[in-house]
Amino acid sequence: MPSLGADMEAGTLVEWKVAPGDRVRRGDIVAVVETQKGAIEIEIFEAGVVRELAVAPGSRVPVGALLALVGTEGAMQTPAPAAVAPIGPQPAVSLPSASPPPAPQPLAGARPLRTTPAARRRAGALGIALDGLRGTGVDGAICLADLPAGAPPRRGGFDPLGMRKAIAAAMGRSKREIPHYYLSQTVDLAPALERIERLNAGRSPPERLLPAAIMLRAAALAVAETPELNGFWGEDGFRPGDGVHVGWAVALRGGGLVAPAIRHADRMPLDALMTAMRDLVARARGGGLRGSELTDATITVTSLGDRGAESVLPIIHPPQVAILGFGRIVERPWVVGGTVVPRRVATLTLAGDHRASDGHRGGLLLARIDALLQRPETL
Amino acid sequence: MSGVPARITYREACRQAIRAAILADPRVFLMGEDVGRYGGCYAVTKGLLEELGEERIRDTPLSESAFVGAGIGAAMAGMRPIVEVMTCNFSLLALDQIVNNAATIPHMSGGQFAVPLVLRMATGAGRQLAAQHSHSLEGWFAHIPGLRILAPATVEDARHMLAPALADPNPVLIFEHIMLYNMEGELDPAVQGVDIAKARIRRPGRDVTLITYGGSLFKTLAAADALAVEGIQAEVIDLRVLRPLDTATIIESITRTRRVVIVDEGWRSGSLSAEVAMRIVEEAFFELDAPIRRVCSREVPIPYAAHLEQAALPQAEAIAAAARGLVRPAR
Repeated sequence: MPSLGADMEAGTLVEWKVAPGDRVRRGDIVAVVETQKGAIEIEIFEAGVVRELAVAPGSRVPVGALLALVGTEGAMQTPAPAAVAPIGPQPAVSLPSASPPPAPQPLAGARPLRTTPAARRRAGALGIALDGLRGTGVDGAICLADLPAGAPPRRGGFDPLGMRKAIAAAMGRSKREIPHYYLSQTVDLAPALERIERLNAGRSPPERLLPAAIMLRAAALAVAETPELNGFWGEDGFRPGDGVHVGWAVALRGGGLVAPAIRHADRMPLDALMTAMRDLVARARGGGLRGSELTDATITVTSLGDRGAESVLPIIHPPQVAILGFGRIVERPWVVGGTVVPRRVATLTLAGDHRASDGHRGGLLLARIDALLQRPETL
Repeated sequence: MSGVPARITYREACRQAIRAAILADPRVFLMGEDVGRYGGCYAVTKGLLEELGEERIRDTPLSESAFVGAGIGAAMAGMRPIVEVMTCNFSLLALDQIVNNAATIPHMSGGQFAVPLVLRMATGAGRQLAAQHSHSLEGWFAHIPGLRILAPATVEDARHMLAPALADPNPVLIFEHIMLYNMEGELDPAVQGVDIAKARIRRPGRDVTLITYGGSLFKTLAAADALAVEGIQAEVIDLRVLRPLDTATIIESITRTRRVVIVDEGWRSGSLSAEVAMRIVEEAFFELDAPIRRVCSREVPIPYAAHLEQAALPQAEAIAAAARGLVRPAR
């Protein structure tokens, strides 16, 4: 069971995406685990053949405990899936996944699988495949009595109370342990916004760039030049990140937030970055974040959006050492060439971990972001 | 009154309620067809004319539209009329007064006029009064915004729902099922009043929820007794108030039992039972572990012949069978 956050102690296995005998490659999704941050897809980091699933769906598993055995190519001389006890009945058809296969043609005489709403919900929460079950309810429907008595029914995916606890633990720890320093800088966004508007001309709304994308692009490039603010603080002190993986804070509709990582954000052109942001927001709100996305972020960015406040003094997400805040874009009097003119500006803020860096470096980072945003054609 | 629970009929409870209301408030009076000299067609008001006089117990001409309209006018002018319509079948003659005037005037006058009117009427079948005197039309009135619809089923509700109905500044319709008038029940003197807002769980149970009201309550309780012998614990909800519906009590129960049968003497098509079922689907779909079932009257004008009349109405056996089919479906 991987750790999907500094304060995660255990996760509940919701569903296996592989079966014994399946060949897996690095990066494949092998399981779905429910955490305080919702249902998370777990990737595998080794190539090989699944030999054994050690844990049944519905089980709560401590971080670090065995989930499954995978034989690597060299070690798998004789894969013997037959010798492995299968977990539960082997389903004839897999559960519908995020991208359902085309609907099968109904067979003459075949009874449709009927499941009551309550049973379907509980089966989903327990990660139980319905296909192998025999329905004893009204009209042969699978009902609650046909499901194994297990954990009480849980909502699959997002659990607002659990998330509140996770946020409380992480933010409490941050404020107890991290000596924050805060810096802010108000930035003239006119050139960057004009570039966005030029690029957006003729694009349909779903393809348009948002101002946050160009700000994030500038921030990612600047962070790449400021390694002291990009990484983790641990028992051995500061450890730099292996790339600029920006955690993009996404507010969830039920309350709470997650900040999944956009890996190597500094290497992504503007359009790719925008696509990645949209994808993350959709998956964060709809379920389907990957485990690595929850742990990879080397720095977090929180953008308050066009209905937010003008600036934020953000709290660092441990074990990271810095967090950037983008305030709402506002029109303000601004001096340009000795004349006061109306100008669209935003206040950028930085909270840094004073154990890992000093305010001087933080100030250079904000100044660098500002400078990049004044030359948006390079972004 | 002694402190010992008294055993009285539903009819007597209705009479006590009217008498107490008239004695308590000089603005309250009763009017309707044959309520005075004849004592009411179901004998609810027997003796009240002699005791309370013609000012307070008024016989009216046989014109529902006229005397319901007069009641609305009296209510707007500050009185607290109790208008008795002999049966809900005849209320159709006053439909314009009830729906177009009573229910709308508080709204259309911007709140300048209240209509603190109480309309009592008998409803339901079972006495071989044939189709024109046996229908259950309370579900129709429960469709109308601006009305509060009550269906007292117990002696306690028959005794105590009238006072809060009179206190309500908006029109309140009370439907008294004709088969209840002779039923006896205990009236606890410690209970001084009831609400006219919430449903009541009349019998707790964990396996299936039976939702009903009015004349079907005791059939449903009998079905629950029969089910208990078989080991099925049925919970019985008495809606009491048909508009506005207390969905919270319904949803809370179904969240525990996950199965529901709705019993309604109204016809099934477009009925109150349909509304209750839809509220459940809207608000508690994912709690359901079985389809929703209904036991309603057959979709015919209520027959005169006794055996046909009984066959047309919801009965305890059918209610128990519907519940059994949900809890222990045939394999």
